[in-house]
Amino acid sequence: MTNHLLEIAGMHKSFGGLKVIDDVSFKVRRSSRTALIGPNGAGKTTVFNLLTGVYPIDAGTITVDGQDITDVPPQDRVTVGMSRSFQNIRLMPHLSTVENVMLGQHARARKLGSLLFPLGMLPHNKWRQAAEEALENAGVGTYPGEIVSNLPYGVQKRIEVVRAMVSDPKLLLLDEPAAGLNKTETNQLQELLERVSDQGVTILVVEHDMQFVRDLCDHIVVLNFGRKIFEGTPEEVHQDPAVLEAYLGTDDDTAEAANAS
Amino acid sequence: MSGYIEAQLIILCLSIIYAYGIFLPAASGQLNLGAAGFITLGAYASAWFNASTGAELPMWLSIPLAMIFTGVIAFAISFPILRTRGVYMVLATFAFAEVVSGVAINLEFVGGAAGFPVDGHTDVTVIVPVTIGVILFSFYFMSTRLGLSLRSIHDDESVATLFGVNVRTSKVVAFTVGAMLMSLGGSLYGHHYNYIEAQTFNVLLSIYILLYVLMGGTQTAWGPLIGAAFFAIVPETLREIAESAGLKWLAEGRFILFGVFIVLLMVFRPEGVMTRTLQDRLGGGLFRRKKTAVEETGGGA
Repeated sequence: MTNHLLEIAGMHKSFGGLKVIDDVSFKVRRSSRTALIGPNGAGKTTVFNLLTGVYPIDAGTITVDGQDITDVPPQDRVTVGMSRSFQNIRLMPHLSTVENVMLGQHARARKLGSLLFPLGMLPHNKWRQAAEEALENAGVGTYPGEIVSNLPYGVQKRIEVVRAMVSDPKLLLLDEPAAGLNKTETNQLQELLERVSDQGVTILVVEHDMQFVRDLCDHIVVLNFGRKIFEGTPEEVHQDPAVLEAYLGTDDDTAEAANAS
Repeated sequence: MSGYIEAQLIILCLSIIYAYGIFLPAASGQLNLGAAGFITLGAYASAWFNASTGAELPMWLSIPLAMIFTGVIAFAISFPILRTRGVYMVLATFAFAEVVSGVAINLEFVGGAAGFPVDGHTDVTVIVPVTIGVILFSFYFMSTRLGLSLRSIHDDESVATLFGVNVRTSKVVAFTVGAMLMSLGGSLYGHHYNYIEAQTFNVLLSIYILLYVLMGGTQTAWGPLIGAAFFAIVPETLREIAESAGLKWLAEGRFILFGVFIVLLMVFRPEGVMTRTLQDRLGGGLFRRKKTAVEETGGGA
């Protein structure tokens, strides 16, 4: 057992002639809360897509919990202990809240007996109860039977986190979980993630809200144009010249400055 | 039961069985226009297994054997067919049905173009219980985790994959089980009318069955039941009413009215008559838990 849960070494990815990820390597410490930040188009979401197997990587290796998952097909990566949420909400719009969460349990229920178990017919089965409990713990217990497309944005965002959590991941990948949330909702989300983290789950989060990142995370990796330009603590990140240049530019690009602070 | 009502009931039952055969793959977003092909396979296979010129097996064996036979073929063709999507899958399944029909017409040992007389006879006392069985099975199937996976695949295939759903396997299972249900319906058709010819199972039948399912709605297991019941009963009832009221023009023109109605349905209920939202509004359905304790005490949050 290494004390790094996730290790990315020499990762490359090109789309056509465009190098979107160029020799990125970093490690995520077990039980840490790591942030992956960078200006728009830096390749943060691409890193997530490569980690979860949405696209194959061109070169490099991905190791989760000591296991090389570079060639593991996407539907099996979740069983390795990795689960994610999405930048744009990608809940199943025609499923109810609790059904969406039960989909998250799928990684733990891939045996034939579990697949043929009538979840919808027996109201008090363990899967449904576990899903409802998870929702309640996250403060969305009031909506288990509701079709998700009818729910408010902030609630849907939290359901995405719950859905990712119930697969029992060691590593939780969150792609802009606080985007579009108001202050209260962001605080609720942060509390939820702190509780998740206290249970020993490692969190890797992509986020533009720097306040949120500073409050939640203990380690930061900065990408720009597909390259890693910084790795360190939240305190150091503000003094790093490369990071300042990426966000502020050498000229007077003040719009990005407002975003970053 | 009068002969007329019994005849209508059997048409209704067969339509329902066919509709569930198309519904299972449709629940995961597959558009299958090959119903006639699977029905032909079931009808001919069971007829031959049962025939005195064939394997001479009793019907209770010939019908399941025909289902297995159809299932094996469906499984084999599902791999190339499920590589296609949307309108291309419609074309691929349609082509498959045409091939089956062409083969059946040219096989002399099942009567060729002259059609094939079927020995064993089933009547309403068999068909109705079997139909109820198919309905219950479909409700069970859709309530399982596999059913949940199919509905997830319908909504977002790549997210379903990331949560560990084996998309390919789930689709193949739905396609194959659906084909087996259609085979069952085809066998019952053959054994009821005691005569089959490949031309009866034409593309119009496939279109109608797909319409039952799409009009009824693919989100819940109620959809095909509502769609099939509506399509099988309404045109005929409309004729009855119009004729007894002396409205000859309505009796003859009922399909025009019906066509208009289908267009209106597509405009106002593009996701089918029965959607998840409607099911919830009607009171949560028979097989779903309506409220949790939190909802009851928490009220409208």
